[in-house]
Amino acid sequence: MNKVKDLLKTIKSIRFTKWQKMIFLIALIGLIVSAPYIITDNYILHIVILCSIYACLTLSLNMIIGWSGQFSLGHVCLYGMGAYITTLLMTQTGMNFFPATILSTAFTSGFAMLLCLPTLKLRGDYLAVITLGFGEVFRLFLTNSVSITRGPAGIPNIPDPVIFGYVISSKQAYFYFVALIVILFVVFMKRFNNSGFGMAMIVVNEDDIAATALGINVKKYKLLGFALGGGMAAFMGSFYAVYMGMISPTSFAYAESIKMVSMVVLGGIGSIPGSILGAVLLTALPEVLRAFSEYRMVIYGALMVVMMIFRPEGIWSRSSRMLNEYKIKAFENYKKK
Amino acid sequence: MNTIIETKEVTIKFGGLVAVDSVNLVQKKGEVLSLIGPNGAGKTTLFNLLTGVYKCTSGNIFFDHNKITDLKAHERTRLGIARTFQNIRLIKSMTVLENVLVAHPDCQNESLLKSVLSPGKANKKRREVVDECMELLKIVGLEEMESEMATSLPYGKQRLLEIARGLATKPKLLLLDEPGAGMNNFEKEELTDVIHYITQEMKVTVLIIEHDMKFVMGISDRIIVLDHGQKIAEGTPAEIQTNPRVIEAYLGSGEFKDEEDK
Ligand SMILES: Nc1ncnc2c1ncn2[C@@H]1O[C@H](COP(=O)(O)OP(=O)(O)O)[C@@H](O)[C@H]1O
Ligand SMILES: [Mg+2]
Repeated sequence: MNKVKDLLKTIKSIRFTKWQKMIFLIALIGLIVSAPYIITDNYILHIVILCSIYACLTLSLNMIIGWSGQFSLGHVCLYGMGAYITTLLMTQTGMNFFPATILSTAFTSGFAMLLCLPTLKLRGDYLAVITLGFGEVFRLFLTNSVSITRGPAGIPNIPDPVIFGYVISSKQAYFYFVALIVILFVVFMKRFNNSGFGMAMIVVNEDDIAATALGINVKKYKLLGFALGGGMAAFMGSFYAVYMGMISPTSFAYAESIKMVSMVVLGGIGSIPGSILGAVLLTALPEVLRAFSEYRMVIYGALMVVMMIFRPEGIWSRSSRMLNEYKIKAFENYKKK
Repeated sequence: MNTIIETKEVTIKFGGLVAVDSVNLVQKKGEVLSLIGPNGAGKTTLFNLLTGVYKCTSGNIFFDHNKITDLKAHERTRLGIARTFQNIRLIKSMTVLENVLVAHPDCQNESLLKSVLSPGKANKKRREVVDECMELLKIVGLEEMESEMATSLPYGKQRLLEIARGLATKPKLLLLDEPGAGMNNFEKEELTDVIHYITQEMKVTVLIIEHDMKFVMGISDRIIVLDHGQKIAEGTPAEIQTNPRVIEAYLGSGEFKDEEDK
């Protein structure tokens, strides 16, 4: 364990120069562009896309759990809400994917705040129960409001997104699209994490009494944390809908919420690389271990218990975040002058 | 006229226990006021009432002549009341510098949109904030430890860091809850210098809870003594030392004597 810690510390202390960053960026772009040509198997490409979707979802849930410090077990409700609203707007009104997604993301953000409002005063464990319940209510709503959601049958034939006249329909195109989303999400989270706003949220998460003593409005940050996380989840829900081409309530069952929480906890609460790691591990591993699929839940459970005992903060914990980044960013361009 | 903080008959009850009982307190701007009393006298609870962590059961609090009884804790900080904690509450996952940065209003108010969409634009302001916070770290002598993790510092230094953090909120009044606890004599002298600097150069009024009598008598203009939630005495250090009620309260708990023995 100590060796792991030392290794993480070394990784943490590495700082890249502008040139190294540039080369890394070019390599990354090269990798992404060439990936669909290397991965010719559509099934594997599908798994890669799923990993990306879950990476973003884990980031969005981590925003709520890891940054704003609220243990939500109903994330699937926000994810599903985004998927359904976008789908309904696209199929009922013929709206294009992008405006529909903006609307559904905004609406879900607002709804997330409403969901958070009455729970602000509750202790973490009560909040978990309430959000869990809400996820179930939402699924029942999807199943039973047949006139709106078509019930258990789901909504098929969701149109593909169109951007500047180009229709995103092939697996390859979807791969590029999701890769772009992952990059946007990671850049957003990184900048958020090192901003004054993000640092204030870390304070709220760690110690709300200290936060108020520093003039931080705890409620505001909890609400905004839920709103941001909810919006991000809704965005991914929208992507999922157009990618799959059909959605149904079974995609948004409570096991999905648990899966996302597992990804957050396994990867690292409040950690960006951790979120991606957790999502990729728990999406890819079950595929690799197809033969043992009956034992999947048992393996999940055992993994969680082992993590809780040996590394409760996750594989890549929050403490491996870049330190003093706010200052370093502030002085980056300054030294040259 | 130049009162910074005033309480009128402030009371708080926890179930049957009256932790603070009809306390009247007036502090003038620039005056160094100390709050002493045996353990469990209600000193920390009074701080929690002043800063809004607890709501008064009855009574009123005025800051700069404005009633703040119903304001929330973070609103009171914004008005200019900062504090340190008896049981240190630094942010564990942050460095020394970051702990001070997050207390700075301009850091907290940095627009999320700006820092996400064009971080370059946010940098000019950030530079000013960092410079200001480094100045504060210099005042408490921690500027060289800016990139250490806050909780890896020794106890005494953590208390100094809490002071710097309190100052970063740009307070008019700074409440120090046992700032000298866990410090050796040398560190306490440093602390005295820091407090003098804060009151004289930065024009921030301080209200101190402290157990070390030598320290209290040396630094205070005036002292208020609490016992069982009630104010039992008030006066200059000389008056307090000879006040029979104070001696009785402390003899009862045996603390006063201990301190003198040391
Ligand atoms: N939140 C609380 N709930 C119940 N009792 C409390 C609470 N906070 C403080 N007290 C009680 O109030 C009394 C005064 O405590 P405190 O203000 O911490 O004393 P001190 O003068 O040593 O700082 C103690 O008896 C303590 O147990
Ligand atoms: Mg106390």
